[in-house]
Amino acid sequence: MEWIQQLVNGISLGSIYALIALGYTMVYGIIKLINFAHGDVFMLGAFIGFFAIARWDMHFIPALLMAMILCAVIGVIIERVAYKRLRNATRIAALITAIGVSLLIEYTVIFFRGAAPEAYPTIFENPSFNVFGVQIDTRSIFILTVSIVLMMLLQFIVHRTKIGKAMRAVSHDADAARLMGINVDNTISATFAIGSALAGAAGVIFGIYYTRIDPLMGVLPGLKAFVAAVLGGIGIIPGAMAGGLVLGVVETVVSALGFSLWRDAAAFVILILILILRPAGIFGKNAREKV
Amino acid sequence: MKHYKLKKFASLFLATSVLAGALAGCGTDSGGGSSSNGGSSSGGGNSASGDTIKIGANLELSGAVATYGLSIADGATLAMEEINASGGINGKKIELIKVDNKSENAEAVSAAIRLAEQEKVVAMIGPATSGNSVATVQIANQHKIPMVTASGTAPNVTENADGTINEYAFRTCFIDPFQGTVAANFATNELGAKNVAIYADNASDYAKGLAASFKETVEKNGGKVVIEQAYVAKDVDFKSTLTNIKGANPDFIFIPGYYEEVGLIVKQARELGITAPLMGADGWDSPTLIDLAGKDALNNTFITNHYSSEDPDETIQKFVKAFETKYNQAPNAFHALGYDTVYYLKDAIERAGDNVTGETIKNMLAETKDLSLVTGKFTVDEKHNPVKSATVLEFKDGNQVFNSKVNP
Repeated sequence: MEWIQQLVNGISLGSIYALIALGYTMVYGIIKLINFAHGDVFMLGAFIGFFAIARWDMHFIPALLMAMILCAVIGVIIERVAYKRLRNATRIAALITAIGVSLLIEYTVIFFRGAAPEAYPTIFENPSFNVFGVQIDTRSIFILTVSIVLMMLLQFIVHRTKIGKAMRAVSHDADAARLMGINVDNTISATFAIGSALAGAAGVIFGIYYTRIDPLMGVLPGLKAFVAAVLGGIGIIPGAMAGGLVLGVVETVVSALGFSLWRDAAAFVILILILILRPAGIFGKNAREKV
Repeated sequence: MKHYKLKKFASLFLATSVLAGALAGCGTDSGGGSSSNGGSSSGGGNSASGDTIKIGANLELSGAVATYGLSIADGATLAMEEINASGGINGKKIELIKVDNKSENAEAVSAAIRLAEQEKVVAMIGPATSGNSVATVQIANQHKIPMVTASGTAPNVTENADGTINEYAFRTCFIDPFQGTVAANFATNELGAKNVAIYADNASDYAKGLAASFKETVEKNGGKVVIEQAYVAKDVDFKSTLTNIKGANPDFIFIPGYYEEVGLIVKQARELGITAPLMGADGWDSPTLIDLAGKDALNNTFITNHYSSEDPDETIQKFVKAFETKYNQAPNAFHALGYDTVYYLKDAIERAGDNVTGETIKNMLAETKDLSLVTGKFTVDEKHNPVKSATVLEFKDGNQVFNSKVNP
């Protein structure tokens, strides 16, 4: 029974990573930029949701939508201000800028409200029920469902809609896409808007599940989500989902074996191993570089 | 990325502490000079002259832990007013000189130097946190001015790592390991616990100290520690370790740590169906704990603390009444400790008689015996720590309710 309980624990933790990893992987898939500010947009989403629910008495769904919309706007602003002018610069310049944006967001929030944590209000009154001795949290089922629904929605947008087609074209070859009449700037903005909206949603859900939010809450989950995205194959949407779940379960197993202090290390050992053994990730195919 | 940030932070910190060290060095030199010029007719340290006794208060009046410092200052002010209203100490009035140390080590050092050299205080109330207190101990020793911290609970404020005692450092509160002992006695004697679990914050010396003394006492009382686990500060998911703890089936769980994590641990433990009593120490004492854990999850949890405003004891109720009249709020543990610190000093100065100097006050503080104060009756031991009782509080529907008093 204990092992089933641990599996349930692992899947709920993994769903959170998966939710953050979806946005990460999408932005990377389209413009090949590891957006380190993603974890901080996630934090902003958590705070927007907190103010919406606790201060302005909004219900869960409107609060979630508000966090998603505001985060989408923030994502587009970040892209326009910080990343757009670096589109033709080296990859490392863009990467360093992303780290800069990440720190800027974190410490701006600390400047305005301090670093003290905030407690999310309780939304689900009776959170857990018992199945054959295993405590299952309604919220973890909810998170898993939301992650799967968002993943399918994302797959649909990328593979079945016009904007998705434009995204894939830009990802393939931005210059050629421009020649074909695709508005590259708008497409990239749309990518950031969708990715950041997902981060915002993840922030609100994280707050509801774990209760405590603070201005630096995005740092570690952001890095873990990055590991999850790489594990699944960065740029591949179902890969992020699978990577997140695997990572969650692995971390839980490490803790369950009594090595709880090694849990964070386990995530990064996975990152190193996957980069050495299978850089394309679980779902990735080794694509040959075109010359 | 994290590493990069840490490194930068570390170098900045290093630069600051070097600067602080240099400043402290300067201060000492000039201090030595002035004391030799002034003549040492009355022994070491500054001496009281005229009809006022100057006591410094080097407190966190702003910055990260300002609530601690401000509370101590309020408590101390009340005590000073009471003493002056009833005729002062041996006919002399007390003057409390408050200096803000901005909750920073370097500022605490310069505040102590200022109090010693410019304000010429005979004794000072030390900073609220152990870290800031440790930083100022050196200044107190060099200037021979006794420093009493109201709430610095780390053992190394008064006792150095090599076992030597900081001659001029004292405290009004009990030390960290004592709370572990109290919790263990409470668990085995009051709750009848046999198989206990420990889940401690791995990164804090405070939590590790508590866990060690808890374990020692439980085993001495015939209990058994069935599982010992640790967590990392800032973590948010404790369920896998809690599932392990649940599997070991303990009838009591000790969780020394701070409210930020403890709130989540208590919540997640209850969600996993752990119904055993949970217990912690003064690190749990924050309103945020109740927001994080929720009122229901906190039922059947206990903490040790310095005092409770609900304690029916007469001295305590008298203090609570006086405090409420002046400040319109119920006093917390820091208020009580600030108040007691002034009375602790008063008792020593009174016994020093006419010769009020830093040195005589220090000797008297060390000889304090059976002094009845709000946070308990205490005698100072050879390590300058008060031997006193701790209060056990129970959470009932989000309120801290007085449970019992445990003597050392």
